Amino acid sequence: MSESRVDQFSSDVLKRVVITRFTIEDLVLVPLLAVIIALVLGGLIMLTTGVSPNAIRLSYIALFQGSVGSIGAISETLTAAIPLTLCGLGIAVGFRAGLFNIGAEGQVIIGGLAATFVGFSFAGLPLIIHLPLALLAGALFGALWASISGWLKAATGAHEVITTIMLNLIAVKLLDFLLRNPPFQKLGRSDPISKNIVESASLPKLLTWIDPTYRLHAGILLALGAVALIYWLLYRTTVGFEFRASGYNPDAAKYAGMKSGLIIVLVMACAGALAGLAGSNQVLSVLGRASPSFSGGVGFDAIAVALLGRSHPVGVLLAGLLFGALQAGGRQMQVGAGVNIDLIVVIQALIIFFIAAPILVRAAVPWLFSKPQRGS
Amino acid sequence: MEVELRGITKKFGPVVANSDVNLKIRPGEILGLLGENGAGKSTLMNILSGLYRPDSGEIFLDGKPTYFVGARDAIIAGIGMVHQHFMLVPVFTVAENVVLGVEPVGPLDHLDLEKARAQVRAIGEEHGLEVDPDALIEELPVGVQQRVEIIKVLFRSASVLIFDEPTAVLTPQEVTEFFEIVRSLRDSGKALVFITHKLHEVLEVADRINVLRDGKVVGEADPKTATDAELAEMMVGRSVRFDVEKEPAKPGAPLLEVKGLRTASERGDLAVNDVSFTIHAGEVVGIAGVQGNGQTELVEAITGLRRPESGTVSFLGRDATKASARDRHNMGMAHVPEDRLKSGIIKDFNVAENMVLDAYYDRRFSSGINLHWNDVYRATAENVVAFDVRTPSIFNIADNLSGGNQQKLVVARELSREIRLLIAAQPTRGLDVGSIEYIHKRIIQARDAGVGVLIVSTELDEILALSDRILVMYRGRIVREFPAQADIAAIGLAMAGAGAHATGAAA
Repeated sequence: MSESRVDQFSSDVLKRVVITRFTIEDLVLVPLLAVIIALVLGGLIMLTTGVSPNAIRLSYIALFQGSVGSIGAISETLTAAIPLTLCGLGIAVGFRAGLFNIGAEGQVIIGGLAATFVGFSFAGLPLIIHLPLALLAGALFGALWASISGWLKAATGAHEVITTIMLNLIAVKLLDFLLRNPPFQKLGRSDPISKNIVESASLPKLLTWIDPTYRLHAGILLALGAVALIYWLLYRTTVGFEFRASGYNPDAAKYAGMKSGLIIVLVMACAGALAGLAGSNQVLSVLGRASPSFSGGVGFDAIAVALLGRSHPVGVLLAGLLFGALQAGGRQMQVGAGVNIDLIVVIQALIIFFIAAPILVRAAVPWLFSKPQRGS
Repeated sequence: MEVELRGITKKFGPVVANSDVNLKIRPGEILGLLGENGAGKSTLMNILSGLYRPDSGEIFLDGKPTYFVGARDAIIAGIGMVHQHFMLVPVFTVAENVVLGVEPVGPLDHLDLEKARAQVRAIGEEHGLEVDPDALIEELPVGVQQRVEIIKVLFRSASVLIFDEPTAVLTPQEVTEFFEIVRSLRDSGKALVFITHKLHEVLEVADRINVLRDGKVVGEADPKTATDAELAEMMVGRSVRFDVEKEPAKPGAPLLEVKGLRTASERGDLAVNDVSFTIHAGEVVGIAGVQGNGQTELVEAITGLRRPESGTVSFLGRDATKASARDRHNMGMAHVPEDRLKSGIIKDFNVAENMVLDAYYDRRFSSGINLHWNDVYRATAENVVAFDVRTPSIFNIADNLSGGNQQKLVVARELSREIRLLIAAQPTRGLDVGSIEYIHKRIIQARDAGVGVLIVSTELDEILALSDRILVMYRGRIVREFPAQADIAAIGLAMAGAGAHATGAAA
């Protein structure tokens, strides 16, 4: 009797929990509405600064066309999404493991510098060796740079927010210094600019057969691969299990015999490797060299991407695409409608604002949500 | 003031927390509200204190129907609640906490702390709740903090006082003092509600008992005539055994030998001082003691979570003093930690993830870096059934389980593999009668299978029910050893430090 009861029971408890309406609202409706509300508020801001309603209409049309309105626009969106996604993934891994890594910007810079060095040296290597080598160098140096914070936290308890911010400052100044001196500085230049990446270390462009101006490059494959890899790492491996356990409850992780210090260093290394790859992508593709502003603040935007993507690899990919679209569309907005691109930053900030405070979204459009239920 | 609840129903989505509840609270009387966790006691009291609004039903104050829009209305009406988790500002003084939100002000609209102090003293004298108004909350023992909570409620001139599981955090001595306070409040004409799941407490202090089960009032009892067994049956819905059925132990070879163990607490003082004892296969050793006498640190040192300063821990005849927690786990040491929410489970993980929390790396569940989720799910499903963990699915988040089921999950995880030694700290804290009965049964089963068991508990009843030998821990030392059938009073005295120090019991 007991045997059959066990079987019966087992098959019942093995059923997945039904996804509730609340979960769908939380994961789909809130982010969607956050974007819409942010766009509406962005319009209102434009109104108050004296932009005519017609110009606002034109600028939003430009935003739309510049992001998804044509193959070229989509190419731009995807190109911008690559570093955001890679870097956002790194920050998401940190969030999952309970680490607030503000240092992606520094890791992007250090990773990018390493990739630049490999990219302008070793001319003559075949692409199949040179490009992976450059990417690997970027990932490795990003990982090492981030591990400093991880090691400091594990060994001394120094808070990662503080140490990563400080390492950002060091990285920025290091970049400036290196770009003004050999071997990085381009010969014959006095301003901070690196030598050019040679062809064999550049990420191949993917859409030039349609139009030579399309900039989308093989980094997109790298980004998609990273999404899959991080998903696998977090949810299918023992290491990811440890990451997540330490993130949710460090005491329970310790109780379960996990080595918290090692995990912290590993998490930071993983985050740094992804940020380093993001930096490498920038120098090895669209830019073709390193300049003092080559990161373009992607390390900070990526924090927003990770938050918007709820620290889930797929969510980060979607958020990366959205932010990529806003960047690409924002440029079109400036060119086509004469609205300052800073407005895009405001809209991005508003989106994060509403994601962080979902109650505001629910309050703004209460009829779209089921009634709130208070637990006992 | 007399309070009457009529036909109160409250639903949370599909869950019916209270269904057609009728209840009377009379001045000069202590009403014991008894029920298991999840029976709807807290919801009912939250309705009474204005935090929730009932879906249907009415509240009558002295016969007049009343509606509370928020907690403020209930406070104004004279209903005060003393919560299980105190709502005090630790860095404020007693007087500051008492007047918080309704501060007495002087002529310039400034805070008149002198007045506040005087009022705290006046209330204290009136009800026998002596507290120094200038003491900082964080420096006061828990029992005194609770007194401050009561003064806070009285300061807001409550005539109905609701206590939600008031004894959960108190030591045995503090419980006795607390009962005296409650009785004196009753004698001064207050109406009191005492919410608990501890049978002997309602029997001791209540004047009338209402039992709640599945959101309904299932019975009323007179504490003068009712028995433990009757009340438990009403509460659980079936008869419950209190004394754990067990044969005398047949101790085998020594498994764990602790010698001269000393270890420091987080604050750096010596929490475990020269402790030595042995646990044999097939016996339950209970460590009794008032909370905070070094039990936590002792368990951590034995399980490899805390470094000893000196002394040795040998397990299975091998020196394990320097072995990691994982090494000891793999040698066959199981550990049910004292605070399941702090370290026993991860609330945001689902049942399956929690079921392998300390064994995910084991070959049964992974190869190399890959986790084999299907194996995890299968093992979890088996354990969930075998250990009666009530969950709709193994993918349910642990946070959604009741405390009893969370604890069963931990016990299932620790007992469902081949083990030699079980270290269980507070294995049934905060659990309902049914879960306690079940977990005790499982522990004795493990013992009878030859597992050595160490039980650390502040509940003397639990120690007595399970142990074959009882060690009493006081201020970091094992001060006495008792056989299984020892005199409760003698153990209680040893727990309070009698004979250990000339200074006597701690505050």
